[in-house]
Amino acid sequence: MRTIIVGCGRVGAGLAGRLAMAGDEVTVIDLRTDSFDKLPEGFGGNAVRGDGTDEDVLRRLGVDGADRFFALTEGDNRNILAAQLAAETFSVPTVVAKINDPVRASAYAALGIATVCRTSMMVDSLGGFVGLPTDSSSTRVQRPSGHHPGPHAMAGAPSRAAASTGTRSEDQH
Amino acid sequence: MYVIVVGGGKVGYYLTKELIAAGHELVLLEKDRVRAKQIADEVGSIVLARDGCEGQHLAEAGANRAAIVAAVTGDDEDNLVVCQMAKHHFDVPRTIARVNNPRNEALFRHLGVDEIISPTRMALAAIEQDIPVHELLHLAQLEGGGLELLEAQIGDESPAIGRKPSDIELPDGCSMFALIRAEQAMAIKPETIFQMGDKVLAISRTDCEADLHRQLIGTASGD
Repeated sequence: MRTIIVGCGRVGAGLAGRLAMAGDEVTVIDLRTDSFDKLPEGFGGNAVRGDGTDEDVLRRLGVDGADRFFALTEGDNRNILAAQLAAETFSVPTVVAKINDPVRASAYAALGIATVCRTSMMVDSLGGFVGLPTDSSSTRVQRPSGHHPGPHAMAGAPSRAAASTGTRSEDQH
Repeated sequence: MYVIVVGGGKVGYYLTKELIAAGHELVLLEKDRVRAKQIADEVGSIVLARDGCEGQHLAEAGANRAAIVAAVTGDDEDNLVVCQMAKHHFDVPRTIARVNNPRNEALFRHLGVDEIISPTRMALAAIEQDIPVHELLHLAQLEGGGLELLEAQIGDESPAIGRKPSDIELPDGCSMFALIRAEQAMAIKPETIFQMGDKVLAISRTDCEADLHRQLIGTASGD
């Protein structure tokens, strides 16, 4: 499996480490080289400095032909742009974007991008810790509920995208 | 016509002023409070200190009745998200995005943004109009500066098209020795016929450059 991870924060670095350990060919990209300090000792993948929302940069990294793509920077919109580049321009089969704004997260899940929302996860687990009912779906990657946003999805009414079923697979771990 | 402008930088600011002057009904969303207040002091209460990327804020701004949403912040990713939210959640008929990286243009169009404004592309077009694209390229100085290694691209105005090296009159101090055609290097032989797009490599005395320019590129000045 070839995996590209954009954003080497705690989440990106941690995931990169685990996937490399599991035998994936992992490339992690970040704007700042000091972010790579977070990678685990003996990390066996590639770490590249660059802008993961730049098509040319992604092409040089070999996103064309990658199996998985995770957009995990601190910026929701940067993740949204990187993920859509991976899905639409490079046809990566599994694409997940971290989107911390819950409204935007479900909006883009409806547009066909698998999303993970730290806000919903934490609110849910903290609520659960003090006895509130939990929603198990918030602690996972949110499955895309619509087709990914090609021109036809964009031209149609919002309800059409929401009504169609997901076509993209995503990780559930 | 009701217009929502997102981003109160230089572009958003002047766009807002022009739209007001033209009598349009509009709202400007600028997420930085200080900047929003600054603009509001001048143009009035049509400025909201809100992030146009958030669905809730677009709703407050009345996106569901907007004819046009123009996302003109300095960040491509923000402009994309504004337009996608406007299109999907509010069914806005016309979305306009400012795009800084020209490589994003095709993707944004594919993702449904109706109009792309690319300052980079516009500046590039203006520059290419002013500077002749086909110029002699100075590759290296040789022999202490008396000779130069030059590259000339055969363009559509070149008198060399369809001719052989022997048909091209060059002064004694000039020698064409190789060309690049379709990314392949080849030697210039007596039977070579120059084609449009060829890049001809030549060594020339510096005072013969104008002749080389005239023969291979075609326009009068070779400075």
